[in-house]
Amino acid sequence: MATTALDQHGAHATAGHAEPTGLWSWLTTVDHKRIGILYGATAFFFFLLGGIEAILLRIQLGSPNNTFLSPETYNQLFTMHGTTMIFLAIMPLSAMFFNFLIPLMIGARDVAFPRLNAFSYWVFLLGGLFLNSSFLFGAAPDQGWYGYANLTSRQYSPGMNVDFWTLGLQILGVASLAAAVNFFVTILNMRAPGMKLMRMPMFVWMSFITQVLLLLAFPVITVALILLMFDRFFGTHFFVPSGGGDPLLWQHLFWIFGHPEVYILILPAFGIISEVLPVFSRKPLFGYAAMVFSGAFIAFLGFGVWSHHMFTTGMGPIADTFFSLTTMLIAVPTGVKVFNWMGTIWGGSIQYRVPMYFALGFIAMFIIGGLSGVMHASPPADLQQNDTYFIVAHFHYVLFGGSIFGLTAGAYYWWPKMFGRMLDETLGKVHFWLMLIGFNLTFFPMHILGLNGMPRRVYTYPEGLGFEALNQVETVGSLILGFSFVVFLYNIFKTARGPRNAPADPWDGATLEWAIPSPPQEWNFAEIPTVHGRDALWEAKRERGGPLPEPPRVSGAGIHLPNPSIWPLVAAVGLGGLMVGLMTAHIVGPWGIVAGVSILFFGVYNWAFEPAG
Amino acid sequence: MSDHAHAVHLETSTGLDNRKLAIWTFIGSECLFFATLISNYLVHKQTWLSGPGPFPHEAWTSPSGQAFEPIIEIPLVTMGTALLLFSSLFVVLALANAQRGNRNGLLVWLAATLFCGFFFVGMQVYEFTHFVHRGLTLKTNLFGASFFTLTGFHGTHVTLGVVWLLTLWIEAWRGKLTPAKSLNLEIAALYWHFVDVVWIVIFPVVYLIK
Amino acid sequence: MLLRTAALRPLRRWAPVLPLLVLLVGACSPEHYAQTALRPLSDFARIGDDVQTKTLYWAFGVFVLVEGALLYAIFRFRGKPGDPEPQQVHGNTTIEIVWTLIPALILAAIAVPTVRGIFETNARPGADALKVEVIGHQWWWEFRYPDLNITTANEVHIPVGQTVSFHMGTVDVVHSFWPPRFAGKRDVFPNRETRLWFKAEAAGEYPGQCAEFCGIQHGRMAFRVRAQTTEDFQAWVAHMQTLGPKPPPAAVAPATGDSVKVASVGASLQQAGGPADSAKAAAPAAAQDPQYAAGEKLFQAKGCLGCHSLTAYNAPKGMLGPNLANVGARSYIGAGSFKNTDETLGQWIQNPQAMKVGVLMPNLGVSAEDAKSLVAYLRAHQ
Repeated sequence: MATTALDQHGAHATAGHAEPTGLWSWLTTVDHKRIGILYGATAFFFFLLGGIEAILLRIQLGSPNNTFLSPETYNQLFTMHGTTMIFLAIMPLSAMFFNFLIPLMIGARDVAFPRLNAFSYWVFLLGGLFLNSSFLFGAAPDQGWYGYANLTSRQYSPGMNVDFWTLGLQILGVASLAAAVNFFVTILNMRAPGMKLMRMPMFVWMSFITQVLLLLAFPVITVALILLMFDRFFGTHFFVPSGGGDPLLWQHLFWIFGHPEVYILILPAFGIISEVLPVFSRKPLFGYAAMVFSGAFIAFLGFGVWSHHMFTTGMGPIADTFFSLTTMLIAVPTGVKVFNWMGTIWGGSIQYRVPMYFALGFIAMFIIGGLSGVMHASPPADLQQNDTYFIVAHFHYVLFGGSIFGLTAGAYYWWPKMFGRMLDETLGKVHFWLMLIGFNLTFFPMHILGLNGMPRRVYTYPEGLGFEALNQVETVGSLILGFSFVVFLYNIFKTARGPRNAPADPWDGATLEWAIPSPPQEWNFAEIPTVHGRDALWEAKRERGGPLPEPPRVSGAGIHLPNPSIWPLVAAVGLGGLMVGLMTAHIVGPWGIVAGVSILFFGVYNWAFEPAG
Repeated sequence: MSDHAHAVHLETSTGLDNRKLAIWTFIGSECLFFATLISNYLVHKQTWLSGPGPFPHEAWTSPSGQAFEPIIEIPLVTMGTALLLFSSLFVVLALANAQRGNRNGLLVWLAATLFCGFFFVGMQVYEFTHFVHRGLTLKTNLFGASFFTLTGFHGTHVTLGVVWLLTLWIEAWRGKLTPAKSLNLEIAALYWHFVDVVWIVIFPVVYLIK
Repeated sequence: MLLRTAALRPLRRWAPVLPLLVLLVGACSPEHYAQTALRPLSDFARIGDDVQTKTLYWAFGVFVLVEGALLYAIFRFRGKPGDPEPQQVHGNTTIEIVWTLIPALILAAIAVPTVRGIFETNARPGADALKVEVIGHQWWWEFRYPDLNITTANEVHIPVGQTVSFHMGTVDVVHSFWPPRFAGKRDVFPNRETRLWFKAEAAGEYPGQCAEFCGIQHGRMAFRVRAQTTEDFQAWVAHMQTLGPKPPPAAVAPATGDSVKVASVGASLQQAGGPADSAKAAAPAAAQDPQYAAGEKLFQAKGCLGCHSLTAYNAPKGMLGPNLANVGARSYIGAGSFKNTDETLGQWIQNPQAMKVGVLMPNLGVSAEDAKSLVAYLRAHQ
């Protein structure tokens, strides 16, 4: 029986014990499945928080000259809405799927570094709490999620708002980088025998490419944030014009990160769709190789388009032309993906179950977002479109219509595997229709408003410009959209009270995770499988001439698993403490920093020298 | 950094140990980190509105008549650079000894590595203090800000590497750095080489090219 | 009776939606929007509009085709659980090449007018362009005409039929100057000049807005473009050039309480050297009105002169607040935010923070009575 490499800091041979329960077991877990669930629950909470922030914004914009929110509150809410949705919702929801699925899909027992995995989660949680604690001080970040200099300088943003943002994002960056190293190594190094790279499920491929993007893009924003931090805390002038600094440098650094970031946000959803469509069309993904290479090409090109966010800054015709052409070019592999998805369902036998609804909705909405994106690629046109609601429409179509629809499809699809229960089909369809209608009512009119003169990031608008009617429609739409998630929550709670009896393979899946019980046992596979081709499970079922028998729950005796550990949490607390120390240095002196660093070193030291068990 | 309970020969898809692959991945990411800092330095090295100017290598008078003295001490920094480069050789020798089970050789060469590391960090501390006394700080001008940020972060990476190697030296001294555990040293050595390579870029860009 | 037939049942079902559709159609037409970018009124705007229209048509075509194919597939290939397994197709190289090439060709077709438009919009206007300096402030717009030596704020007058070249910057943070009927936007920076140009095709007053988040009152940093015929523009310039250092001592007429446009101060053009513009001397100015005099005193006493200049000609630079030389004649105050009536102006003077919280003008403790005098004083500044 082949074993795959594990971080064997201290393995315990399972002897058929039931999985541990209780708070301590969750605080010390290094099981990728539990960590995935932690990510998912936390991210979903932040998603709802970001959604409430959005609804508050929409209420304010529902009528002209509205005074529901003060300008300062509005600016804090739109900044936190964007920051929350990107860093605390979409990315960690993707991380839920990376965590839960990657080892299962490649036939491994866990990720390469289980404790590093736990560390990433705790750092994410603390980072999210740190960022949102700013509300308690009335100093939530208010400079936009992209924090343009020199508005962010100490002179023009004297309060703690920008500091919360800078330090919060730094914390989250550590979590993302640690996880990226982990999954990169896991995917490359821990595949089951026979699982060649070109036999991996498409979700694993897209996740792999996403990790590469994370590894290369996050250092750039880290440096940008460090430079901003130095400007604000140590009096440097990197972005301060009076000292020779250039606000445009921030824009370049930010978008060199920022554009790959949007591919980080969408590629996991691409991967999910590529898993769901074949299963519910009952035929394989169309053009597997093209899907791999187009994903890789998108990621590569994604580093060459960043200044399309800066067409209005007057970079000159050569730069404008270069970035316009690369941006148009990147539409080609993206289009290839859309056509390959359509090729997958074409000629299939489409099963209309809830995951498929969301997957089809994804394609329909993403096409719209992609087309408006192509419209922005042209600088002469973008001079009118940039910084208007036309852009807001575009990115919500790709991020909500794309990422969120995709992640929701994944949630319904893998719910039985993660929790052992099926979500209710009827409620799922109600969720879908409400979400589709609410989403389009909210965001489609923004195309019209943007082209007709409504700029972004405005806390109100006057009468007489014609913006009232569509804004009202959007506000109503946002309430419908919000309500659709109430339906989802109800579905979760209702089915959580039912029996935990979902079959191993409720959908007739093609990939390895459907060959083991729902939910999987702690060690995933009783025996690590040997893989002979893509869609291995379909092959197995075809050979057998029918569905596979329900896999039994085994004792797991003799299987080595990593020990739980508290040290990742301790180290994470140390890192969080370090950031709090930096924020409060002007009150408590260096002692906060000292405390944070000490706890961090204490945690890391014990982590490194944890007994072999 | 973790211990192995037993030297299980674990199969990996690439044949590389997970931790070795991980440190290479981390190094790849760090390349972008330093590339960004170096780019920032290149953008700002000629920017100064006050204080010691952009030519720390030689005496220079600005168009407005302000005179600047050179503040960089090339001999000292060159010495530190040379020692850092040699330290990469020393850590390779230490690793060879670890893999052969030669505890004495391991301790000697690892100590030599550490000596070089300490010297380098000490040199940087001295240099920073010297610059501050001559009027160049983070705040003085953008050249100073970029210089200190770039070399400061590199120096921090060196310091963390020194701490890491020191921990391993103590392990070796206690007899726990056996051939079976030599991978721990190999990974630290890879990190150390990376830190060295970054300096090989920084040294000419900052100190030699005017 | 007719509505009860089965054929018209769908119509009945959709009837409640009809008002919504009418609303949507109305909301879709650009005529409904004063600040629209879809009805260009200048050569520069036409370049962008032309490119945008072309891309929009392509986008719409692709949308109809691809979404149509998707909808078709959704219905045509629906299956039931017991159905036989469909043909297991893994790909088709020819088709994949075709659907890689066709989008590439469409993009090439878009790229050509795009690149042309990039170079056209980046071209430098000729030497005969009127030069206007735009200086962004938190949260108002300063406009200077360097060749004419006049300065104003928040309402920029331009001549129709002559290219105007905007040279732009800001004194604080990054803003963006956006007059949608005339041009796409250009960001303004504290450390470098950016440029915009256009030749207006029609006279009228058009709104514009800041389009780069710049702080608490970004949402209320609008401006007005007053495109005027050459004669009107020259008259305006000539008039502004008389608003020099000394306040004119002219005849009176009390300002009516809530009129937007009070009688021109044409009579005030009696300053030495200033041309008396009889066309504008429709009614005498308010200078000897006791409210005016009181307002003049208050304007000094309350320290207004510390931030606001009343001089349009050779105006001082670096003032913290908008130039008020012709504030009485502007359509809006508060940077294009509030209609310029006596009532609104009075409210602003008494409590600017209540109308635009965070604005740099503090509450100066001006009583309602004093506000009236100041309004009269400022109203006379046309």
